[in-house]
Amino acid sequence: MNPITRFLFELQEITNLLWRAIKGLGKKPRYFKEIIRQMDSIGVGSVGIVVLTGFFTGGVLVLQAFPTLEYYGAQSNVGQGIAASLIRELGPVLAALMVAGRVGSAISAELGSMVVSQQIEAMRALGTSPVRKLVTPRIIALLVTLPMLTIGADIAGLIGGGLVAKQLFGLDINTYISSVRSGTDVNDIVAGMIKPLVFGGIIGAVSCYKGLSTTGGTVGVGTSTTQAVVSSSITIIVADFFLSKILQSALSSTLF
Amino acid sequence: MNDDGEIPENLLPDEWEVDDQIEADDPEKGRLVPALEFRNVDLAFDDQVILSDVSFMVGRGETRFVLGGSGTGKSTVIKLVLGLIKPDSGQVFVEGEDITHMDDVDLGRIRKKIGMVFQDGALFDSLSVYENVAYRLHEARVPEDEVEHEVVRMLQFVDLEDAIDKMPIELSGGMRRRVGIARALVGNPSIVLFDEPTAGLDPPTARTICELAIKLRDIEDVSSIFVTHEMNNLEYVGSEYAILDRKGNIHYELAGKTYCLLNTKIMMLLKGDIWFTGREEELRASEDPYIRKFIRGK
Repeated sequence: MNPITRFLFELQEITNLLWRAIKGLGKKPRYFKEIIRQMDSIGVGSVGIVVLTGFFTGGVLVLQAFPTLEYYGAQSNVGQGIAASLIRELGPVLAALMVAGRVGSAISAELGSMVVSQQIEAMRALGTSPVRKLVTPRIIALLVTLPMLTIGADIAGLIGGGLVAKQLFGLDINTYISSVRSGTDVNDIVAGMIKPLVFGGIIGAVSCYKGLSTTGGTVGVGTSTTQAVVSSSITIIVADFFLSKILQSALSSTLF
Repeated sequence: MNDDGEIPENLLPDEWEVDDQIEADDPEKGRLVPALEFRNVDLAFDDQVILSDVSFMVGRGETRFVLGGSGTGKSTVIKLVLGLIKPDSGQVFVEGEDITHMDDVDLGRIRKKIGMVFQDGALFDSLSVYENVAYRLHEARVPEDEVEHEVVRMLQFVDLEDAIDKMPIELSGGMRRRVGIARALVGNPSIVLFDEPTAGLDPPTARTICELAIKLRDIEDVSSIFVTHEMNNLEYVGSEYAILDRKGNIHYELAGKTYCLLNTKIMMLLKGDIWFTGREEELRASEDPYIRKFIRGK
């Protein structure tokens, strides 16, 4: 299979898996306990790394932007720039990339191991749909928790930026807060919440697909885990560009 | 048996007559309908032919051994029975129902009648022995007290009730297989599929697994497909039968040289075809070079 055919085939299979997973919610049995368990594992388990990433990203943004703004005498507006870039772009993308690395690899490795040890076949033989039991809860958990994690990353980034601005550059914290507020509008927040929904779907569908299509024993588990992280990350970055363009056009015509 | 090959009616136990009468009225539910049937099944992966025009039946309470070397399509037969893969052509019947083109919902109903014992147990790593055995019942939302009773009963059947709280990682290979058998038997399936259940086990443990298969066949009246390439499995299951004494204890007895077990048949696959079908004695008496090599290893 040449690379283009393979790409199109995988895209078709991933879309199909995503559709079956969402459709699975409408049928019994529903695995609410499993969804809660996955939310805990995916969401709560990722809070630390996402907050830490957001905090230091906000800090480094101020560190880099402050001297330039100071040169033009616009240092009091540093919060405006930080808020816009964090809420619109960096918060959703960085949270998604961190979750793709931590959770995407775990999902793919877990499902891949289940495939090679015949646990998926056993599940089907016992009359359970692996899509409904394993894929749907993970995707739902990602769709719910990634926007929350993104909010955490945004807030941590703004706090990190504020601390750097105050401690290293002596900017008054009230000036920073008011510039953050003036640099944030509803469009930014809406766009910043739609993106993690899409990214959550991408991480879940790609990682579950890569895990469930594992072949070649334990070596295959390693390969599919790597592919899950790489494919999710690249897809997130590519999707972010197109999503930004679409949201820019869509939201600029609204009343927000 | 008289000269015409018929058993005189006065030799048949009373309950047989009653059963036969009921089944004659409702043949769909009777023992006349085979537990499993393959009709002209063809299957190929890309250019590689796995099964070519394969037809066979497994009767009620019968054990069908599927023998053959690696890659001869033995495990594929089991996957076809479960509907995990579909044949390219032909039909697969489970208790008279054509499952060839069934959707997942109907297949789920069919799979509830079937227990599957995997090569390595295929236990769910994240669940305890109790949760593994109870899996099917938990899925069916059965009340927990009933689940517990059934799980304990099944673990007693495989003589592993002490392992109820252990995790699969703590079990030996033989124990994992036996838990796999207990999980497969929950819900009293009428058909059990064994996929090389003794591969890699020491002889005493392999013997224990075979005794469970004999017990299922002779005491529980379960139909089964037993995929293996180990001749000692065939020797045990094909030549011994289980009986219950008055105290409820199970004894295993040899069928002897004079008799053969009518409820155990052998099917050997080679290059997608059924190379041999018959009883253990016929297999061992065969002059076919492939069969002789398979039995003796040279």
